[in-house]
Amino acid sequence: MAEIDNDQPLLIAEQLGKSYGHQLGCRDVSFKLYEGEVLAIVGESGSGKTTLLQLLSAQLKPSAGRVLYRMRDAITRDLGSLGEAERRFLFRTDWGYVHQDPALGLRMAVSAGANVGERLMAVGWNHYGRIRDAASSWLDRVEIDAARIDDAPRTYSGGMRQRLQIARNLVTEPRLVFMDEPTGGLDVSVQARLLDLMRSLVNELGLAAIIVTHDLAVARLLSHRVMVMKGGRVIETGLTDQVLDDPREPYTQLLVSSILPA
Amino acid sequence: MYVAVKGGERAIENAHRLLAHERRGDLSVPELSLDQISEQLSLGVDRVMAEGSLYDRELAALAIKQARGDMIEAIFLARAFRATLPRFGMTEAVDTGVMQVQRRISSTFKDIPGGQVLGPTFDYTHRLLDPSLASGSAPQEPATASTAETPMPRVTDILKSDGLIEPSPQQEKDKSVGDLTREPLNFPADRDLRLQNLARGDEGFLLALGYSTQRGYGRTHPFAGEIRFGEVEVEFFAEDAGFAVPLGAIAVTECQMVNQFKGSATEPPCFTRGYGLSFGQSERKTMAMALVDRTLRARELGEDLVAPAQDEEFVMSHSDNVQSTGFVEHLKLPHYVDFQSELGLLRKLRAEFEQANASDPLREAAE
Amino acid sequence: MNAPAAAYNFAYLDEQTKRMIRRAILKAIAIPGYQVPFASREMPMPYGWGTGGVQVTASILGPDDVLKVIDQGSDDTTNAISIRKFFEKTAGVKTTTFTKDATVIQTRHRIPEEPLHDRQVLVYQVPIPEPLRFLEPRETETRRMHALSEYGLMHVKLYEDIARFGHIATSYAYPVKVNARYVMDPSPTPKFDNPKMDNCEALQLFGAGREKRIYAVPPHTKVVSLDFEDHPFSRYRHDAPCALCGADDSYLDEIVTDDRGGRMFVCSDTDYCEKRRADGHRGTESAVGPDLEAKHG
Repeated sequence: MAEIDNDQPLLIAEQLGKSYGHQLGCRDVSFKLYEGEVLAIVGESGSGKTTLLQLLSAQLKPSAGRVLYRMRDAITRDLGSLGEAERRFLFRTDWGYVHQDPALGLRMAVSAGANVGERLMAVGWNHYGRIRDAASSWLDRVEIDAARIDDAPRTYSGGMRQRLQIARNLVTEPRLVFMDEPTGGLDVSVQARLLDLMRSLVNELGLAAIIVTHDLAVARLLSHRVMVMKGGRVIETGLTDQVLDDPREPYTQLLVSSILPA
Repeated sequence: MYVAVKGGERAIENAHRLLAHERRGDLSVPELSLDQISEQLSLGVDRVMAEGSLYDRELAALAIKQARGDMIEAIFLARAFRATLPRFGMTEAVDTGVMQVQRRISSTFKDIPGGQVLGPTFDYTHRLLDPSLASGSAPQEPATASTAETPMPRVTDILKSDGLIEPSPQQEKDKSVGDLTREPLNFPADRDLRLQNLARGDEGFLLALGYSTQRGYGRTHPFAGEIRFGEVEVEFFAEDAGFAVPLGAIAVTECQMVNQFKGSATEPPCFTRGYGLSFGQSERKTMAMALVDRTLRARELGEDLVAPAQDEEFVMSHSDNVQSTGFVEHLKLPHYVDFQSELGLLRKLRAEFEQANASDPLREAAE
Repeated sequence: MNAPAAAYNFAYLDEQTKRMIRRAILKAIAIPGYQVPFASREMPMPYGWGTGGVQVTASILGPDDVLKVIDQGSDDTTNAISIRKFFEKTAGVKTTTFTKDATVIQTRHRIPEEPLHDRQVLVYQVPIPEPLRFLEPRETETRRMHALSEYGLMHVKLYEDIARFGHIATSYAYPVKVNARYVMDPSPTPKFDNPKMDNCEALQLFGAGREKRIYAVPPHTKVVSLDFEDHPFSRYRHDAPCALCGADDSYLDEIVTDDRGGRMFVCSDTDYCEKRRADGHRGTESAVGPDLEAKHG
């Protein structure tokens, strides 16, 4: 197994851009992400942040620039050069992707246990009891009552579904997790609980994460660094506390000042 | 004492004899001739030719007679016969622009060069059963007029010359036209295969899908640009002669739908097309086909795929009625071996269920 | 009108078509368990009634072959008779009900009880060739899953069964892994028959006419039924000897004998049962009482 080389970045975006005809998705995005680092991409809807997330997770092909990723064998690869098989394998093992709508990231009609166990089975786990135990322990970790292991997420509340989606993504111990508005659409109290859980998991597991959110509170709580996007471009970037306590750009100031006090 | 049932072969022979007897029916009633079917049930013959993919009125009439009027059974007979025929090649594309028009209408313009020719249509009849047909009819001589010299340019060509409608999507020059009967269907399928699939497809299925698009399941805002019915020449390029040789004429119906306009960052908006073509006078079929053709182009026109009629795999996998009837009706075949396995499993699960529940009352009593 | 030619080519299909099908068969043999698409022809029997099997058989049949056709294990079921007559008429080959004498056996839903030998070809009729079809209806997606060996979804189904029923709830068409690579649907044979496919001496060919796929398991190929280590694959068979011949190792049909719940269980494989009875084996319901015939080894 390759040693963790914290000096080398895990993911590098180089002048990344995407346009649709005359319409700009995003432009000129460059940054480096290190292991265990959490980056928040904030902006209003239409700022290009979701497009950026899809480019970074190789779900969209860039119109300009490239994304490099350091694989588990320590070799850094251009994501654009990966074959479909490699890309899909990456998605199932070394990466996680948490959708805003958990129904997109879960099999709604299949039990929670199967949802969590699927990636294990996909990499060859062949013992029902052990798969079930692993699923059970993960449900525990995301604070879902293990007695619900045989229930389908159709019967879960929104917050529970989101926690299940997180469990499903983390079971293969990925090094990088992409999250698209992970607390969007949830009650404020449910959000708070979920954020707490996410923070402790990220710390425990040493995960790197890229989180897209319009909610600065989420960025504040979870991320080390933040990138502010507007009109498809990155207008400000830096350590989260610095940017949020002392925003330089007028737009960032506007965003920060419009956070409702808790 | 149990004796294994035998004699399946004799049962089948008897069944076939009984079938032939039923098919003929009451002997005191005159037997149907193929001419009668072809002449007086001509729309039925048209359908069998269209979905049987075989242009031969006499064979289609025979199939209808043999099938006792069951149209899908007749279509099956036509297809099975077609599969035995040697194939010489592909004809030139028929030119419907120079069709000998018997009927030609457009709902997009009040009047068009060549005029609106109603032709033989049910459209404006009152659907009142006519008892006089029961005793035999002596129809009046129809009125005649010459349309031979009047040019009838296609409505879609008129729109195209103004750039108002997209040009007919062209296939790449060197690419040969696909043939479903020679290659297995693969998804995603190009338009040539889609159109072939729809042309052979079940009229009822396509009708329902077309209807669904009009009701909002994948709306395309269709207008009937033109529907024309008449005879076209079929030409075959003969290698030895070095030119295309006319083989004869066939009657076809063509429908061009004018649909929701579409533009892009680089192209100005214009209307889009839906196309239907069928043997004989098959308006319902060609109109439904054109609606579904346009809807299936959702992928290449960048539309959201939300409706069943837009689902290429769904539509094309289930449009062939010979296939669908085969599989639906195959349920009549014995399945008792698999049923036995299911019975075994079910009995086992039920026994376990009973056992699990039988032990509970004891626990409750203990509390 | 010209009457259609009364004479058909040997075994109905024209040589060009047979060549096309044989090419597909060769590809299938080269990639055990992989579904090869082929341009299925319209046959004179309906799709779903064995056209795939018939096309495969028609393509491999030669004038010296001896053909057996069974459905549900019996030579005398209506569709087996119909198909056998079809080949008698169009190929004029010798036909038989004896498994050991046949060189080509076309079957629907059963594998003969008698082990096959290396001069035989078993042709299966297949309705739905795709083992993942009921988990994933899209062909584009299942093709990708096979290509990338992504069979997680299949195991999810098995997991769900155990979570819900305590057992894997598939009793027929039980999925197998062929040559440690492709997951394959063995056709709707009861899972009882699965082990017969493993390391079989005969060539096994599978034809799906309506779905237009051919696949194959060459002789002596590893065929393993999917399961979990702690929930291993098990065969199901009604736990009783055949009422006619006393066999306790064959798959049994349940016969309803009266409307008061009367039941009898007899061998599904009619040739196997008849042979055993000819050899003197007897069950409890046979014409001659069990004690009046000497039992042979």
